[in-house]
Amino acid sequence: MTTITSPTGTRLAKVFNSRQRYVPILATAAVLLLMWIGGSIRYENFADLQVLLNVFKDNAFLLVLAVGMTFVIVSGGIDLSVGSMLALSTMLCAWLITEEGWSPGVVIPLVLVVGAVSGSAMGAIIHFFEVPPFIATLAGMFLARGLCYVISTDSIRISHPFFTETATQMVPLGDYRIDPSVVTSLIVVALAFGVLHYTRFGRNVYAIGGNEQSALLMGLPVAATKVGVYAVSGLCATGAGVLYTFYTGAGYSNTGIGMELDAIAAVVIGGTLLTGGSGFVLGTVLGVLVFGVIQTIIQFQGLLSWWTRIAVGALLLVFIVLQRVIGARKT
Amino acid sequence: MITLTRHRLFWPVVVLVVLLLGNLLEKPDFFAIRIQDGHLYGSVIDILRFGAPLMLVALGMTLVIATGGIDLSVGSVVAIAGAVACLHISKQPDQNAIGGVLIAVVMALGAALLFGAFNGIMVSRIGIQPIIATLILMVAGRGIAQLIMDGQIITINSTPYKWIGAGWLFTLPAAVLIALAMIAVTALIMRRSALGLLLESVGGNAEASRLVGIQSRSLVLLVYAICGLCAGLAGLMISSNVSSADGNNAGLLIELDAILAVVIGGTALTGGRFSIGGTVIGALVIQTLSTTVYTLGVPPETTLIFKAVVVTIVCLLQSPAFRRKVFGRWGPRRTPPASGSAPSEPTNVKVPA
Amino acid sequence: MPDPQPILQMKGITKEFPGVTALADVDFRLFPGEVHALMGENGAGKSTLIKVLTGVYQAEAGEAVLAGERVHFSSPLKAQQAGVSTVYQEVNLCPNLSVAENIFIGREPRLFGLINNYPEMRRRARELLARVELDIDVTAPLASYSLAIQQLIAIVRAVDISAKVVILDEPTSSLDTGEVAQLFRVMRRLKEDGVALLFVSHFLEQIYEISDRMTILRNGRLVGEWRTSELSRIELVSRMIGTELSVLEALEEQPKRELAALERQEPFLQAAQVGKTGLVAPFDLAIHRGEVVGLAGLLGSGRTEVARLIFGADRAESGTVTIDGTPLSVKTPRTAIGRNIAFCPENRKTEGLVEDLTVRENIILAMQAARGWLRPVPARRRDELVGKYIEALSIRPANPEALVRNLSGGNQQKVLLARWLITQPKLLILDEPTRGIDVGAKAEIQRLVVSLAEEGMSVLFISAELEEVLRLSHKVGVLRDRRLVAELANDESLTADRIMQTIASGEGGAA
Repeated sequence: MTTITSPTGTRLAKVFNSRQRYVPILATAAVLLLMWIGGSIRYENFADLQVLLNVFKDNAFLLVLAVGMTFVIVSGGIDLSVGSMLALSTMLCAWLITEEGWSPGVVIPLVLVVGAVSGSAMGAIIHFFEVPPFIATLAGMFLARGLCYVISTDSIRISHPFFTETATQMVPLGDYRIDPSVVTSLIVVALAFGVLHYTRFGRNVYAIGGNEQSALLMGLPVAATKVGVYAVSGLCATGAGVLYTFYTGAGYSNTGIGMELDAIAAVVIGGTLLTGGSGFVLGTVLGVLVFGVIQTIIQFQGLLSWWTRIAVGALLLVFIVLQRVIGARKT
Repeated sequence: MITLTRHRLFWPVVVLVVLLLGNLLEKPDFFAIRIQDGHLYGSVIDILRFGAPLMLVALGMTLVIATGGIDLSVGSVVAIAGAVACLHISKQPDQNAIGGVLIAVVMALGAALLFGAFNGIMVSRIGIQPIIATLILMVAGRGIAQLIMDGQIITINSTPYKWIGAGWLFTLPAAVLIALAMIAVTALIMRRSALGLLLESVGGNAEASRLVGIQSRSLVLLVYAICGLCAGLAGLMISSNVSSADGNNAGLLIELDAILAVVIGGTALTGGRFSIGGTVIGALVIQTLSTTVYTLGVPPETTLIFKAVVVTIVCLLQSPAFRRKVFGRWGPRRTPPASGSAPSEPTNVKVPA
Repeated sequence: MPDPQPILQMKGITKEFPGVTALADVDFRLFPGEVHALMGENGAGKSTLIKVLTGVYQAEAGEAVLAGERVHFSSPLKAQQAGVSTVYQEVNLCPNLSVAENIFIGREPRLFGLINNYPEMRRRARELLARVELDIDVTAPLASYSLAIQQLIAIVRAVDISAKVVILDEPTSSLDTGEVAQLFRVMRRLKEDGVALLFVSHFLEQIYEISDRMTILRNGRLVGEWRTSELSRIELVSRMIGTELSVLEALEEQPKRELAALERQEPFLQAAQVGKTGLVAPFDLAIHRGEVVGLAGLLGSGRTEVARLIFGADRAESGTVTIDGTPLSVKTPRTAIGRNIAFCPENRKTEGLVEDLTVRENIILAMQAARGWLRPVPARRRDELVGKYIEALSIRPANPEALVRNLSGGNQQKVLLARWLITQPKLLILDEPTRGIDVGAKAEIQRLVVSLAEEGMSVLFISAELEEVLRLSHKVGVLRDRRLVAELANDESLTADRIMQTIASGEGGAA
């Protein structure tokens, strides 16, 4: 009989595999670094830290969105509703504060609760009724967008002092100033990192993404985890919406159309496998940065914004094929 | 069996009829059709006319879904096809020359076919999940459309091109006739050749299909290419109707409407049995829904909420888990397992806990 | 031998599925510190019993007593918590998580709700693994280790959670000899620690090597419980297979043509040293025109694998297949089909039928696949063929529009047969064609096999029922522990007993 695994074979496979886990994320880091160096050589002022800070500032909401998406994708699902949830969040904020005169101190927590609850509802439909995540969140996407339009089809400005003032507040950092939304988004990243790596919930997310059947047989709370994952995504989407409201100072129903794609792209470019079970929040940060740096380079180059889409699409292609090649070698 | 077929299309038809009757209550002359300049006009004709592109996209989507796949990139392909055609026509010295328009149409459809084939290769050769493979083109496609048009919205003034989306033939809108022709041809090919059977077999049971010798790879490739072609044709209609190509907004979210139409039409997302007739009805339901919302005087944007409700209900009704949990034993008619088959399941099938 | 008190006692377990009783009044007991083998063929009820024990299924009747307490498990989790864990052949751990995490997930040490001590987890993991003689990097993902090591890790997890009862469901199916030896060392050590081990394996040698006691089930009923040392292999095999006084009697003995006459010609198919690691060891097999070759052996002995390799459903690693004197490289089923080989797989639902399609569509599928989609079988010819075979095989309901999903098992099997008969194959491979179908259909299929062979078709017939194999075949290939061990001519001297002896001993002529 041929031995299936000789000791050396095992060791080789081991080295290969533990490194392999980091291949996508390293590739992303390399791409980011190359773009950064290329940009710095080519354009004046590109290397300035403020440019990087601006990348963060312009994409703080996307980062929060993508963090939520990371949970979902690691668990093996997908959430198409986040763009619409973001829009709904901006609309709820603007409407309740400006037209109904509620206090932001009430509205913001309320909006976050709405996000978590609707996320849970989608998660419950996905888990208990075995509706594919794609479809369940598609319905959520329609519903949230529709509700936006019910509130108003026009843009609603927010003139509440809390919003206008906070939006102009800057956290000083040496010679640079950091936008509070950047700080918030980084806190969200840190929290997500902590949850994914240092709580049972987080580990269960990975376990379910690795093999849901096994997770069930190992006695893990699969239902709670799956519902929880979509709750986190809904929470992040509405949280991103709040940040977006600060960013634009208004609520608008057509906000964030297609933003779920940006979030998914950032997560995938950040090295998370779309099949679930593998990925890092920090990778997602890199993915969002790649996204932002592409945008910045395209601005510096004076190209129109749609080049971003093509560049992101091309990167997606490369990364998905890379994932596939790695996956194929695994089996 | 006959009752089953009836059952499959029964509910979509009921929904469609209810929507139409609802319109009638609100607007007594809803079904009125009048002839003006030898053309038919009326609400029902409008539903058909505006629903034509969706019918086409949904037609291609039906075939893709039948194989157990999905194509998210159709909206982008719609935009690309419009861009290719309008760009070519805008460069013609005489935009009304039939030859130039024909070449533009062929170029646009060729491009759509190529993008569809690209999806097909990703899925069938490289083995990437359909939803992910087509996501790439969904993201990049609109950028490509803008690249083709250099970021502009191209407006053209071409009577022959305008005909595709807004013209008339035999008193009917040309778009409707084109869509119906495409649907008829596809349905004919599916049922006259063995393509329909083999697709349903691949989508219904991929392993059994392999063991029976079906070459599913080339079939899948073909189906994605057809889906691209349908989307391209829809893109021509949409851009022709407004005499311009808009890379950003042409066919926006049409992939979701198309998937919805397919699902309403009774084709399951898991693949297998498909119904082109059901898809056409599904597309009409969606288009009628939009019209109804207009008729009722509700803000048109709330259509999305109706869609959300319809998607949810249809998907829940299709979900075996939902039927099991909600209707219990009395719900779906489950086939009793063949005698002796239950305990004799091979022991290497693992616990389906 | 440990004795006095069983740790687990199940009494009068009955489990019914719609239309069939999977377990009827089965008793089972398990002692601490023993390896207990659960034996039985397909449909014996082994997996049902295990699923009842682990809470996947709920029994309709009967009781289970674990460590002196009456228990009723409503889920695998409950069973685990009470001290019953299962390790499956396909390891039920998460391939993407590290070894240490796989051992501890759901039970990680926490401080204020946070997992605080990964180093401690890793240390404990190394400690536990050392007890099964494993010294591996516990931070590496599970997927980077071989299946054998993954299984040991699963055992470590199971034992660490609940050291009372560990069920090992076919753990050795994909292991090589060295790995099996390592697994057995670990099992012996657990035994010494007083753990009760329930062991399922299709390898007779392994059963005799490791088990202390065995329980045999057949057709959902308890045959009995024996000490392994007190039951000979041949007794074991005969009790597992049993002798079924079935409709076989209805099939009058067919006058068989002389095997010698058949074998005088060139074989239609000649397989030489065809094999694949982990599936079946390289084998030689010749099938002649008009010959029915039976394959006998216990479940998991490699019967199905032989058929799949010949058909190209799995790609062979070694050996050559020659058809009609020309060598053929069988890479996919399509190649085999092109040479007029047909295969009705064992698992009708997952590998054979497209249940959503109609009888007519399922029947025409193979012929249509061969023609390609551009050349549809003309409607009239199709309906003629389908009608002819529905009638010839008396498929009920005799409605070509009926959905295959709604047919009984016997009729589904006939649909599969019709699908291939339409293509007029020269070699028909039937893998358990009579399993799980009613007696009437069974007899019909058996008669059909005989008449097909008389018309000159070669048949490779796989069945768990020895009587059936004996009655139909000209010669019988016997498989044992993934090896074709003997080829027996079916003359007067060949009896079920002799086949069983061959299965038990692994030697062809031994009587």
